[in-house]
Amino acid sequence: MATLLSVDRRTFLKTSAAGGAALLIGFHLPARASSDPAQEQEKPPINPLNAWVKITPDNHVTLILAKSEMGQGIMTALPMILAEELCLDWKQVTIEQAPTNPKIYDHGTGGSGSVGGSWLPLRQAGAAAREMLIAAAAKKWEVGADTCKAQNGFVVHGHPERSYSYGELVADAALLPIPNFKEVPLKNSRDFTILGHDTHRVDAASKADGTAIFGIDARPAGLLYAVIARCPVFYGKVASFDATKAKAVPGVREVFQIEVSGRGASTTGGVAVVAENSWAAIQGRKALEVKWDEGAAANESSGELRTQFVANAAKPGGVIRNEGDADSALAAAPKKVEAIYELPFAAHVCMEPMNCTVHIQADRAEAWVPTQAPQWAQGVIAEAAKLPPEKVIVHTTLMGGGFGRRYQADFAMEAAQVAKTAGKPVMVLWTREDDMHHDFYRPASYHKCQGVVDAAGNLAAWKHFQTSTSIAAKWSPKGEEDNGQGEFGTGATVPYKSPNIRIEYTLAHSSAPRAWWRSVEHSSSGFVVESFVDELAAAAGEDPLKFRVKLIGESRNIPQFGGGPGAPPLDTGRLKGVLQLAAEKAGWGKPLPDGEGRGIAGFFSFDTYTSTVAEVSVRQGKLKIKRLVCAVDCGRVVNPNGVRAQVESAAIYALTATLKDAITVERGRIVQSNFNDYHMMRMNEAPPIEVHLVASEEKPTGIGEPTVPVIAPSLCNAIFSATRSSKKQLRIRRLPIRAEDLA
Amino acid sequence: MAITFILNGKSQTLTDVSPDMPLLWVLRDVLNMTGTKFGCGMALCGACTVHINGEATRSCITPVSSVSGKKITTIEGLSADGTHPVQVAWIAEDVPQCGYCQSGQIMSAVALLAKKPKPTDADIDDAMSGNICRCGTYQRIRKAIHRAAGSPAEKA
Repeated sequence: MATLLSVDRRTFLKTSAAGGAALLIGFHLPARASSDPAQEQEKPPINPLNAWVKITPDNHVTLILAKSEMGQGIMTALPMILAEELCLDWKQVTIEQAPTNPKIYDHGTGGSGSVGGSWLPLRQAGAAAREMLIAAAAKKWEVGADTCKAQNGFVVHGHPERSYSYGELVADAALLPIPNFKEVPLKNSRDFTILGHDTHRVDAASKADGTAIFGIDARPAGLLYAVIARCPVFYGKVASFDATKAKAVPGVREVFQIEVSGRGASTTGGVAVVAENSWAAIQGRKALEVKWDEGAAANESSGELRTQFVANAAKPGGVIRNEGDADSALAAAPKKVEAIYELPFAAHVCMEPMNCTVHIQADRAEAWVPTQAPQWAQGVIAEAAKLPPEKVIVHTTLMGGGFGRRYQADFAMEAAQVAKTAGKPVMVLWTREDDMHHDFYRPASYHKCQGVVDAAGNLAAWKHFQTSTSIAAKWSPKGEEDNGQGEFGTGATVPYKSPNIRIEYTLAHSSAPRAWWRSVEHSSSGFVVESFVDELAAAAGEDPLKFRVKLIGESRNIPQFGGGPGAPPLDTGRLKGVLQLAAEKAGWGKPLPDGEGRGIAGFFSFDTYTSTVAEVSVRQGKLKIKRLVCAVDCGRVVNPNGVRAQVESAAIYALTATLKDAITVERGRIVQSNFNDYHMMRMNEAPPIEVHLVASEEKPTGIGEPTVPVIAPSLCNAIFSATRSSKKQLRIRRLPIRAEDLA
Repeated sequence: MAITFILNGKSQTLTDVSPDMPLLWVLRDVLNMTGTKFGCGMALCGACTVHINGEATRSCITPVSSVSGKKITTIEGLSADGTHPVQVAWIAEDVPQCGYCQSGQIMSAVALLAKKPKPTDADIDDAMSGNICRCGTYQRIRKAIHRAAGSPAEKA
């Protein structure tokens, strides 16, 4: 059971997706920033002058990108690492997406792990290529390689200096023995000219002139467009359908049923309407008559789920972590603090709705897939096409957002099923309503926290009971939900010192599909842990920052609970560092007028330390966020400009989840359907966001997600502070924040 | 029924297209001009924004029959080489992340600047709040609009 507690995405994909595991053999995702030496050794030596960099005789340099670009800036950051070790002129390189080849590349893009996981392998690949080019030049000159050096795309030697461009050397260099990647000399960080410097995105221009090609823009010759009518109830099925009226819509070509697929991808099945253009397909679906067998889930609702949560919380849960005796300490305390926190399902809502384009022929298939997991997509398309995976060419396109949603393969499987029947290239397009109704949601959760601060101001007990609809339960290889399969991660890695810590868990049942949503369980854990410690500080009459710093105590390492081997510990000194940096930059402690306040939160996730101070006003029931001041320690920073952008992005993403709508369930279906009932943060509401980076020489760690967990608690803690003089001081314990919560 | 309009400066005639088909799908699926994006289909997100006779318009709810005889500008027609001042500002501020909404953002920003060459922050809020960016690039969009206007940013 313990191994399931914080199952990472790589382990997950290798062990679950019931029945589809065979498709995932060789799937290789550094789900965390720490690399996995055992897996690295599985790979034969790869010639870096082919796999990672292509240099033409006319000296054009193309760097290969094996991760997926979804906005996080990986198309800029990873080539920067290669270019640094290769001693290239950054302005002269172009970037190319790698073909789907698991023998060479680790394609999976998620877990905020791309920079951390690629840092060493890409430096080694770049350095090996550089050493091969130097060796080729040395051979031509008949001098020792140690007397030559690489700079700006040339190998140079001697006085007066002579040189060869990389283009002049590449043909010879490619034939030389490949150096041992583990022994190849890496650059001293003092000599970095690219890494650590603000670098413009390589994809900005194409995204400013409309030429960037996303999945939805694939236009192979003869393309048809399809939409699928899916049962609105989770796991409902087609009972029967009448396509007469749908086929009468001009432009509609075919209407047929596709089956549910539990193998490899979790799809609902449904009725596909294939047409000459997207509009005709959408109109055809409107005219289609389908009778659904809604199945057992049709009785489920958010209200019923909450009843389960409350009932679960009334009983002890399964013990996840237990140190000392929290229950006795709570029972003995003259005064204890108790709070219930609630978080709803959340949808990803990528701006580019799900889509996939597939063309299946007798002996091969070609697909255009906006995916975080190209190899998984390749596997499910191969299955639907009845072809070996190597006969499926997957073009990994740009993605209009990913946020974890595009790690799934459901949309690729459906497109392959439709293309197989249609026998022509087909794009399966999801409308916004499809996207919102058939997501894999962030789990809903309910938390009961109890704590005691003793007379000396120490944390005498910390107890956290959680009940949720877990991700692990949804994807259980046994096909059934087990208690104990909740996600905890940093929720159980409490940085605050206490002799009595107890964490309990009870699974709640739901048929709503769940999976990884930007920052996964940390988005819930951060809210709960950092809200509750604030409540404890308030109960003890202490300043929230000083209280945290005191409870964190001296700098020490706390093992990541359930993190498994290779998971770096939580370094409390670094956590304290970001708390103090954000506080200092935000002017923590400086007086604010009545109705205004600051709130702080700090958290550790994806091996990165984040903190935010929110500054707000609350007057006449109106909340205004005046600014967010964020501090981040993500180890060595590859592209400071890119890191700042990710912090800004994660902050807005988290604000939407904190301030806008919940995803709710009625009659076994998702209620929300588009931006009119699932609102997003917009320009007029977006606060100024300041980002401060800790200068660090530690290994780079995640940045796409780790700011998400600190936003909601910093905001709610700020609301508490801002209402300190009100008749009713407001402590928000349920997300999203509703108008009545501020009244 | 034939429909004729001016698309990015050139006359465009369509035959055999459903008159109620939204302009968005005509652009994307009939003419294969994919720079204009589909986001919601209900004029709620702004990803599909184009200019019709200079006005920022949501193409996803605009029937193609209604643009007969009108001048349409899409992201592809904004400049020949991506050097419109708004595009230049977008690149300088590294606005795009995923980039999917940015065609619509830029079309809205260009329409704003045509009316208000020196927009205030309030003007930017008014003109740009119909465009959703799920990557949360609002702060950089604001800076880029001020940059394109040649004005110092009001907010940090």
